[in-house]
Amino acid sequence: MNKVLSVDSLHKFYGAKAAVSGISFEVARNEIVGLLGPNGAGKTTTINMILGVLEPTTGTIRIEGRDVTTDRSRALACTNFTAVYATLPGNLTVYQNLRFLGMIYDVKQLSSRIEELLAQFDLKVFRNVKCGLLSSGEQTRVQLAKALINRPHLLLLDEPTASLDPSAAREIRATIRAFTMRDGVGVLWTSHNMYEVQDVCDRALFLSHGKILLEGDPKTLPQEHGKTSLEELFITIAREPLTLGAE
Amino acid sequence: MKTFHIKRAAAIVLRQYYLMRGSPARVLPLFVWVAVDIVLWGFITKYLNSIASPGFNFAYTLLGAVLLWDFFGRVMLGVTTAFLEDVWSRNFINIFATPLSISEYVFGLVLTSVSTSLIGLAVMMALAMIVFGLSFFVYGLMLVPFLLVLFLFGIALGIFASAVVLRLGPASEWLIWPVPALLSPFVGVFYPLSTLPSWMRIISHLLPPSYVFTGMRTIVLGGKFSGITLLWGGCLAALYIVLAGGFFVRVYRYAARTGLLARYSAEGVS
Repeated sequence: MNKVLSVDSLHKFYGAKAAVSGISFEVARNEIVGLLGPNGAGKTTTINMILGVLEPTTGTIRIEGRDVTTDRSRALACTNFTAVYATLPGNLTVYQNLRFLGMIYDVKQLSSRIEELLAQFDLKVFRNVKCGLLSSGEQTRVQLAKALINRPHLLLLDEPTASLDPSAAREIRATIRAFTMRDGVGVLWTSHNMYEVQDVCDRALFLSHGKILLEGDPKTLPQEHGKTSLEELFITIAREPLTLGAE
Repeated sequence: MKTFHIKRAAAIVLRQYYLMRGSPARVLPLFVWVAVDIVLWGFITKYLNSIASPGFNFAYTLLGAVLLWDFFGRVMLGVTTAFLEDVWSRNFINIFATPLSISEYVFGLVLTSVSTSLIGLAVMMALAMIVFGLSFFVYGLMLVPFLLVLFLFGIALGIFASAVVLRLGPASEWLIWPVPALLSPFVGVFYPLSTLPSWMRIISHLLPPSYVFTGMRTIVLGGKFSGITLLWGGCLAALYIVLAGGFFVRVYRYAARTGLLARYSAEGVS
């Protein structure tokens, strides 16, 4: 099975207001898909529904063929995430956070997996430091270590490099890219950094007002729509979505 | 098919253990306040014994009652405090966007409460016995079901209180702390239920601790207390656990449906 994530006709309404309006998309193994759009477009709502912390009004989400609504535990066992709004408890050390979350994911040989991740994300020196005392860049690395702890098949990354300096961000992108290719992972990646999206994503979905307006290769999309850069295309979608086909 | 993984519940206990291991401010309240209560009531009973007619030991009614009531309070707060740790550290998405099920999470909170309340109970019993000469043999084997009924009701109330905080937001924790004190007049910790007006007695009969304290006083005063009455209290407490669990699941589903869970860490939800 090549698809790791299938989202079909997903809607989320808050009263009469639609936050997500019937979006459908898929993420395959070894694929990084960028979920782009202005603030309030529905990116985080979509991610929260995939993570099972927000119930869709209608529509289905399947991870490795398992419905997130009806088979939540098994679907989420092979999923993980990082998000700027979901920092790890600051009153536990790096090791403690990885340990208790690793237990929840039932990670085999957890101790050696934690050591591996501490080394991979250059966190050994912070092993016994409380997460609340780390810089935002260091916390991001811990969150990424946590996101990989269960060797997920689906990885949801909500602005994973937002608080990193360019050098650290490049390193993290390379790590995730390598992990994706090596372990057959599917990644859904949100970012406001268009350079990053072009660098790392195989495909991009542009979301506006809860709908997918455009989909394609981020390297060729701007030219296909008469724009010089992905950033220009993004700004057009944010300001004048109707010119690009919104209903 | 949904399967229950004890290891996931154990992870919740491990998180609480880590928090306590690194924080004396979390460990001390497990026994300091209950110890203070025992010392205070220990001296009150000593004084009452010295002025009352000889032959009656107030320690068995007053000190024993304080001990049992504090145990109940520790069980309830053991569950809610463990839950509030996730509220205070804005940890809901990290916890609930995992394979952890609601029953595993709640069971983890209950296991945490078992261990923390047993620490408090051990300290209270040791103080009451060693310093104030309270012998638990006077209650006989009934002490075990007394503790069990209070434990079950404490768990039920702790789960209910956690659901209330989940529904109403972080600021509502202030509604939770005084719950044991609000219940104490109704359950007759220090006096027989016959002291209460009839409308209060109706509520008393719905509260499992009422059966425990009535039973305890009856035994101390040399009367006969029916185990069936206590069994009724136990069944009531078990029923409340089921109802509280159902209420928690209902509130969780509401929170997931309305987006409350996803944005729980935002100040706006309070």
